[in-house]
Amino acid sequence: MIAVAAGTNRIDPYLIPALDGVAYGLLVFVAASGLVFCFGVANILNLAHGLLYAIGGYTAAALLDGGWASLGLALAVGVLAAAAAGVLLAGLLTPVAAGNHLSQALLTFGVALAGGSLLVAGFGPDNPQVRVPAALEGSVMVAGHRYAAYRLVFIVVAAVLALALYLVVRRTRAGMLVRAAVDDPEMVACLGVSPARIRAGVLAAAGALAGAAGVLGAPIIGPGTGTADTVLLLSLVVVVLGGLGSMAGTLLAALAIGEIQTLGVALLPSAAPFLLFAAMAAVLAVRARGLAGRWRPA
Amino acid sequence: MRGEVIRRARGGIAALVLVGLVVAPWVVDDYTTSILARTLALALVGVSVALLTGVAGMPTLGQTAPYAAGAYACAVVGSRVSDVGVVQLVVAAAAGALLAALTVPLVVHARGVIVLMITLAIGELVVIVLGRWRSVTGGTDGLAGIPAVRPFWGFPALASDQARYLYALVVVATLIGVVLVLLRTRAGLVLRAGRDDETRLRASGHRVAVHLSGAHIAAGAIAGAAGSLLVVAQQYISPADFGFDTSALLLLGVVIGGTASVGGALVGAALVIAVRDWLFGVLPGHAPLVLGALFVATVYLLPTGVNRARGRLRPRDAPAHEPVAHDQATVAEAHR
Repeated sequence: MIAVAAGTNRIDPYLIPALDGVAYGLLVFVAASGLVFCFGVANILNLAHGLLYAIGGYTAAALLDGGWASLGLALAVGVLAAAAAGVLLAGLLTPVAAGNHLSQALLTFGVALAGGSLLVAGFGPDNPQVRVPAALEGSVMVAGHRYAAYRLVFIVVAAVLALALYLVVRRTRAGMLVRAAVDDPEMVACLGVSPARIRAGVLAAAGALAGAAGVLGAPIIGPGTGTADTVLLLSLVVVVLGGLGSMAGTLLAALAIGEIQTLGVALLPSAAPFLLFAAMAAVLAVRARGLAGRWRPA
Repeated sequence: MRGEVIRRARGGIAALVLVGLVVAPWVVDDYTTSILARTLALALVGVSVALLTGVAGMPTLGQTAPYAAGAYACAVVGSRVSDVGVVQLVVAAAAGALLAALTVPLVVHARGVIVLMITLAIGELVVIVLGRWRSVTGGTDGLAGIPAVRPFWGFPALASDQARYLYALVVVATLIGVVLVLLRTRAGLVLRAGRDDETRLRASGHRVAVHLSGAHIAAGAIAGAAGSLLVVAQQYISPADFGFDTSALLLLGVVIGGTASVGGALVGAALVIAVRDWLFGVLPGHAPLVLGALFVATVYLLPTGVNRARGRLRPRDAPAHEPVAHDQATVAEAHR
């Protein structure tokens, strides 16, 4: 009996970490896609991106009370607040829009520092508890294992969000403008679309995405003093690994990072500290030449 | 004539600052002396940031990585192998250079914002490794009780804060002298040429990637040596010393100093670090808020430093005149 169990279920102990990895990866994808927009369209390294996620997370912690209505409210408030923060950031960046990336990156870092301090002042230094809707609090059986119902639903919702994002970028006029602004900002400006407006729109969209990820992902990467840094780092690694700007690449990289953080740690606990580093080094070293062409348009 | 006057004035000010730094430990108390020693170490990292950002044209947010590698290597050697300063310095510089050499393939082909992103990711990943690799680094608790250093074999251990500060000062001054001399050689000239016009340098038969790799490794060695000085100054290190805010502060200091000037980087980095330490002393709760506001204000108020940086980091095929509208700058950057 025992032998049979061990024989059929060799993959079994890793099923739950693998599923967790998918949830984690999709969360990081939604968060990182905002950073891709900022970087691809506005050519800004937004170091305040983690802050936008944290705003969503703190909103979720403050508003969620175990009911469905509170989840809807938290989502609306979190998305709006983070999008507003994105617009504010775009406004702050306008005077230095003609400057170099260094000053822009430093400005976003100042905003991240000040905003993080304000969040801690407003919500306290402790990591707040996040209450998911009561209906999702329990666990469900997945292939004979108990798994948190919220995470399963989150996987579905995040997948829908990712699909919607893809459709918006591919099929709508706004998405076309954004893609055009990545390829040829000069021509978009000639068509009568102000680059400043595109920048504000992109930062607002990035904020909305990060805010949505922050609210929905609060039970997975919860709000706290280190959240902003964690999310920023994961997003950066995903953006770099994903080939800077390609949606499919970003999704693949995010799922890979999710699996490394969960399945990888379960499989190779002793190498856990180095896995993320090793993945980035390996992918970048292999693709360095290929990426160089993308990174440095001729 | 005017250039002569300015050069003399500069030399005079540098001499005055050096004299001030030498007598400082007898003027201020022990605590301030140890803070000053740590600031010297960070200013040396600032010089390595300036070397990459301003001289080689690779803006970096990740010099804390070789800095941390040097500091931990020095701490481990200092606790287990040797308390001789020269040995520790060499080991720390080698560790920093090794880490920089390992990360060369990741950064050498990228330019501009992408280098910022990759170096930032490297720096943060190093901090994560430091926090989790408990058997060597002590995890987030860090390494404490590192024995006092002896500069050479047969010298007494540096027991006082003044002595440790002077040791750091001598090392920093020596290394900066070496950097200044190296920048005047052909290697320094080629680096600056690659920053200003990479295509032309490539066309004239120079291997730009090799020069950039060399600069990256050299900057790593300098940051590693600075890590050893941090260990000497604090006798305690933890991952918190190498966070992402330290990189951003150093980059701000380097931008204030004019990005390509070694002296400017020293002064700028020391100034920014001093302001941070002072703020955390007087406003324990709200220091990050004020510091963040200062970052924003500094970026707005820095036309000269920023313009100089812009001229240096300007893409090679950009128009020579100043962009008049923000969209033009975007176009120029997009064409990189």
